Amino acid sequence: MAVFDAGGGTSSYREVEDADVIVMWGTNAREAHPIFFHHVLKAIHKGAKLYAVDPRRSKTAEWADAWLGLDIGTDIALAYGIAREIIHAGLVNTTFIERGTSGFEEFVAAAEPWTLEVTSRETGVPAELIRSLAHDFAKADKAQLCWTLGITEHHNGTDNVRALINLALLTGHVGKYGSGLSPLRGQNNVQGGGDMGAIPNKLPGFQDVEDDEARAKFERMWGVTLPPKRGMHLSQMMEAMDEGHLTNLFIIGENPVQSDADSAHVIKRLQNLDHLVVQDIFLTKTAELADVVLPAAAAWCETEGTATNSERRVQRIRKALDPPGQARDDIAIIRDLAGRMGHEWTFQTSEDIWNEVRALSPDLAGMSYKLLDERGGLQWPFPDEDGPESSFLHGRLWETDPEKRGRPAPFGIVEHELPVDELDEEFNLRLTTGRRLTDYNTGVQSIGFKSPLRIGTTLDLSPEDLARWDIEDGEIVRVSSRRGSLLVPARLEPALRPGIAFMVCNFPDEVDTNLLTIEANDPIAGTAEFKATAIKVERLLDVVDPDGLVAMSERLPVASEA
Amino acid sequence: MTATHERTPVEMGMPVRLVTLSVDGQEVSVPEGSTLLDACTAVGEDIPTLCYGDTLTPKNACRVCMVEVEGSRVLVPSCSRKVTENVVVRTDTERVRHSRRLVLELLGSSVDLSTTPHVEEWMAEYAADPGRFGPPAPEDLHRDVHEPGEHHAGDGSVAETMEQPDKVDNDLYVRDYSKCILCYKCVDACGTQWQNTFAIQVAGRGFESQISTEFNVELPESACVYCGNCIEVCPTGALSFKSEYDMRAEGTWNEDEQTQTTTLCTFCGVGCNLTLHVQDNTIVKVSSPHDHSVGHGNLCIKGRFGFQHVQNR
Repeated sequence: MAVFDAGGGTSSYREVEDADVIVMWGTNAREAHPIFFHHVLKAIHKGAKLYAVDPRRSKTAEWADAWLGLDIGTDIALAYGIAREIIHAGLVNTTFIERGTSGFEEFVAAAEPWTLEVTSRETGVPAELIRSLAHDFAKADKAQLCWTLGITEHHNGTDNVRALINLALLTGHVGKYGSGLSPLRGQNNVQGGGDMGAIPNKLPGFQDVEDDEARAKFERMWGVTLPPKRGMHLSQMMEAMDEGHLTNLFIIGENPVQSDADSAHVIKRLQNLDHLVVQDIFLTKTAELADVVLPAAAAWCETEGTATNSERRVQRIRKALDPPGQARDDIAIIRDLAGRMGHEWTFQTSEDIWNEVRALSPDLAGMSYKLLDERGGLQWPFPDEDGPESSFLHGRLWETDPEKRGRPAPFGIVEHELPVDELDEEFNLRLTTGRRLTDYNTGVQSIGFKSPLRIGTTLDLSPEDLARWDIEDGEIVRVSSRRGSLLVPARLEPALRPGIAFMVCNFPDEVDTNLLTIEANDPIAGTAEFKATAIKVERLLDVVDPDGLVAMSERLPVASEA
Repeated sequence: MTATHERTPVEMGMPVRLVTLSVDGQEVSVPEGSTLLDACTAVGEDIPTLCYGDTLTPKNACRVCMVEVEGSRVLVPSCSRKVTENVVVRTDTERVRHSRRLVLELLGSSVDLSTTPHVEEWMAEYAADPGRFGPPAPEDLHRDVHEPGEHHAGDGSVAETMEQPDKVDNDLYVRDYSKCILCYKCVDACGTQWQNTFAIQVAGRGFESQISTEFNVELPESACVYCGNCIEVCPTGALSFKSEYDMRAEGTWNEDEQTQTTTLCTFCGVGCNLTLHVQDNTIVKVSSPHDHSVGHGNLCIKGRFGFQHVQNR
């Protein structure tokens, strides 16, 4: 967002089908975003070249022309290596750099040390593959760069994103049909949450809380005075709970006890609160800690509303079922809460609220419910009802007239930093976490159906590592990090390289993977480093009954709690 | 995004020429590249189709959509034949009606069409008599076993059928190949046209042909990823949700009492549209709109089958 002034995928799924080169970096879309990958498959069948950049040779990588299996946490190094190769091969897009960017000279200087040899040594990726990706990406007429949590779930996730954006700026693969940057969202309304201002420093429509003019517009509409300062993001709230000045918490539709890194620490914080309210469709592990639970309707099928997808398409959510028992629509609950606090909100329906959003957010102003229904959703920006949709963003950066171009997109000068949880002789294996096709987040939703594909949590290890510790496929082993320890079946995974282990986080009731992960947060986005934990694996002396695994998970004492 | 984004250019594509032709004496103009079926639909002719799929490349397998084209020696499949300037099409000549009648009789005698939409009306319209080939042959427990050169011609006492046991090998969907007309749509949806999983193909030859997993293993042992994109395109109900299958068996399946509501999948940020088929406040089946740009009727396992969490009440 700091680069382009708007947070959203810059291109469209349909454009992916027409791309010549697609780079999927830190994303296993074949399993995590299967229908997005259908568009990639269309491109592949039309002859597009696919590069997969991932520590694992994932299901996505199986479809790639080349797989760059980098060491975990070396994404910035690899991006610099690719950039330097593009620069030295004379493949930069000088027109775009001159018109649409700033800070090119500093970027060239920052990339200069990253020769193919240095990059290859630091990342573990063969120099020839780095060179090949650099050349194909830069020479492509249309190129797409897609990523997801493999990029963002690091202590320096925002820097990782900047490093990828740099590659698009260098080659002009943004702001034109077919080229773009596509962050794939993990939940159905991550993008919409941002659109609606559920970010500490933003009002709806990505308008800045600290911008007096923007704030005044909302204050006039709502008849209130808004705090002029940004709020806290999740990890700042966690810190504020530790420091004791955040004492009351209202959690809506989130299960941090099971979804956040270092889960035992999270429980302690929530237990120490003066008052905790949880609004959810399930009595989650988090809700069990609450003083008050507000049962909510399932938004996606028991309420009316909208959500925004990864290509900025706002689409209607419609009510198909009546919610069970006392569960109520989130809108009704929040309106009643406001009433108890002395604010009589007059809106009745989700459409009333949406029309208020349209009145305050110029980029959504044209999206009436009627048009959303007729057109199967609309992509923002869509400022008026007569206008065409915007398939891609940032075309302004290509304009010849500086007035029309607006603020150029700055190159990001970022530093390569290895993961916080360092490997040493004892914790000598790098654990990364992720999602399989059939499972989702903390499992409260996906566990409900009987998937023939579900295999639960395993510690996936390379054939080499299994042999190294003489572990059988399926054998229960003890896996420990500096924060916790648990028992889990080992599983042979030929897609892994030696030194890298993989676990899913979707079955916390059986195996609480986040006992192991580290709460090392990105300073800007507040996202934890789920993707890089230092672990060790030990064989057990006795044979263990898999059903008894939960009781045997334990947490090691943590210095900060003492 | 403090200010409204400037509009970016929109790709309009090449201009499309209109082609004029005659359907049953009516003149009609349709965009170049349209099929005869599109042109017939445009003038309000209701052409029966089975193997045609709006999201798939025509396979020309079922032969029920045949029409007569002036100057053509044989009848042509309207679902795949492209329009040409001034072509004269007839959809209801005796030759067309005879062809459709025979196709419906052969299909009706060998396949269980009891859950195929519209087929009853077509049988009546074309006066088809599937019973005229004799009583249906009983269920065959060995249709899955394929050996080379093994086809035996019947003795004429019974009509050959696809009758065989239903395949109920997982909790999500059922394969009832007694209802399969071998239209290949599931194979295409599973293959290069959409899902690219390649879990199924046609095995065997001639009347012994059968849709099969690799080596005829059960679904949980196959490459299947349970996207259900095969169910989405199946025209006869040979592939169905386990929930539908069980309700039909209990006699509680009632489409007249079902509502269909299109909403968004909750499981990731791609934004697939789900059409929830609801009976008695319970989701009994999930489909997806074929004309939507995000998924074109395709879903993954979570979107197709992952709804149970809202009804474990």
